[in-house]
Amino acid sequence: MDRYAKQRAFGVLARAAAGLVVFVMAVVIGVTIFRGGRVLLADPSIVISPPGSRYALEGTGGFFHAVLGSALIVGPATVVSMVLALSTATYLQSDYSSERFSDAVNMFLNVLWATPPIVYGVFVLTIVIAVGARTSLFFGIIAISVFQYPIMTRYIDEALRSAPDTVRESTYGLGATRFETAKMTARAALPGIVAGIIMGFARGIGDAATVLFTAGRSTNMPNGLFEPATTLPVLIFDNSMSFNEEVRAHAYAASFVLIVVVLGLIVVSRLLAGRFAQYVPGGRHA
Amino acid sequence: MVESTDTSGLRRRLRIERLSELWLRLAGYFAIALFVLIVFTLVHRSLPLLSEYSVVQMLTSTDWDPSQNSFGFLPAIVGTVYVAVLSMLMGTPIALLTAIYIAEYAEGRTKTLVSSFIDVLAAIPSVIFGLVALVVVVPLVGNYLAPAVGSSATGLGILTVSLVMAIVVTPFMISLSVESLEALPDELRETSLGVGATKWETIRSVLLRAAGPGIFSAVLLGFGRVFGATIVPAMLIGGQTQIPDSLFATGQTLPTLIVSDFGELMSIPITQSALIFVGLMLVVVVWLFNFGAMVLQRRLRRRWQY
Repeated sequence: MDRYAKQRAFGVLARAAAGLVVFVMAVVIGVTIFRGGRVLLADPSIVISPPGSRYALEGTGGFFHAVLGSALIVGPATVVSMVLALSTATYLQSDYSSERFSDAVNMFLNVLWATPPIVYGVFVLTIVIAVGARTSLFFGIIAISVFQYPIMTRYIDEALRSAPDTVRESTYGLGATRFETAKMTARAALPGIVAGIIMGFARGIGDAATVLFTAGRSTNMPNGLFEPATTLPVLIFDNSMSFNEEVRAHAYAASFVLIVVVLGLIVVSRLLAGRFAQYVPGGRHA
Repeated sequence: MVESTDTSGLRRRLRIERLSELWLRLAGYFAIALFVLIVFTLVHRSLPLLSEYSVVQMLTSTDWDPSQNSFGFLPAIVGTVYVAVLSMLMGTPIALLTAIYIAEYAEGRTKTLVSSFIDVLAAIPSVIFGLVALVVVVPLVGNYLAPAVGSSATGLGILTVSLVMAIVVTPFMISLSVESLEALPDELRETSLGVGATKWETIRSVLLRAAGPGIFSAVLLGFGRVFGATIVPAMLIGGQTQIPDSLFATGQTLPTLIVSDFGELMSIPITQSALIFVGLMLVVVVWLFNFGAMVLQRRLRRRWQY
């Protein structure tokens, strides 16, 4: 094989690999949309009807408890970790901390970022046991915010870092305090920050391992902050192993809902990032 | 008059500045505090188990039966290693080739399209991969692959999990590798092509080497991800605590050990301690990998600098 044939062969190989990846993705999304869509078309009301008393066994009623649980757990968790992540990332900018300190914190953040979600689940559960409480919506929120925090911090830190230095220099030149400058920097980095927060939200809403032991895996409507709840991924996980046909069908319907939410979030993040680009110096004007 | 409002405005601004600094400082230390708290909690809760059984014996024993107070982690460790190695073997070449395609071959709209596909794939929750695998991969392995090599299997097992985990981590590795390939200056490509190298020779001897540190750490991070994956293995591995004797055998990984035993046995302190110890092991291994990736990246960067 001469070197030109090798070059051609490699080109074909690279294209084939990319084709394979795209094909696999089409299969995953296609199967989810198709099987979930079939169940939902037959009975769309299962998304918004509460579960019946024998839900876990026979799939009576719907899975609104999981939809509501996901919203009530991931929504507040995102707010909590957003505030924390934004503050940490701002602190890591050199105006507040020394280079060495922010390097050290970054190392810890990287390590937290790579920590398996199940470990966060176990960690929060040991806290639950230590304080003598029972698993509930509240601890689900804590687990998800701990899980989202390093993810969001990393995205936001990167966004702040890539904000142009001129913003910082000119605000300082006008006599602004560090906090005022940090606000302007954050504004200049807004597209990246928004994208980071939405990606964190998407990761949080799709994760099952952190809430599996902490939110309570309940099959009833969540009716209080300290009452057991469940989320869509946990419901999918539990239902997929059921022996009942109806219960398994609900898993596909729930994964349809979940995939639509995640895909929608990605689209929203792209749109918002484009919209907020008007605050970036030299960015597109809306 | 003007002067007095001005100074009060300044005072207010400085007060905000001081308060915000305090808050931001706290947030900065929060990252470290969280890390320390997790390590402390896991270690503290593992102590009851560690004080009663020897670590070496637990790590090498194959007998896992919490109700009989025997805690042998070997089957789960072997299962985890099998899954991690197999999925990296399947995932890495595909990820690398696709990354090269996106960074070096694709152009214009195709490039945007393929790379946003990859982003989407990376954002899909892993529980959905597990669910789709139940209707696609499990029958494929159970009805076609296993009989083809003359073994019988239900389709749930090590190979199925590895295949699906390869699919789950591939987009993650692709986007990290694309990033490090695209960070390379164009002069590298131009110089190499200019002295008469073919595109393949340029990629092999110049680009892969220059982007090597980034790609290596992408693979190591992917490895860490497979290692700590919970939901997909729990759905597809079959959940029998035994040392797998073939690729099609059912087994257990460290995270699935936690999932399958936490519910019923949470009330027994020693079992609880054993499962928290599993969490500690996961954390330590993943952190070692992370640390290794960092060191290796630094080393290779010095060696393969351009």
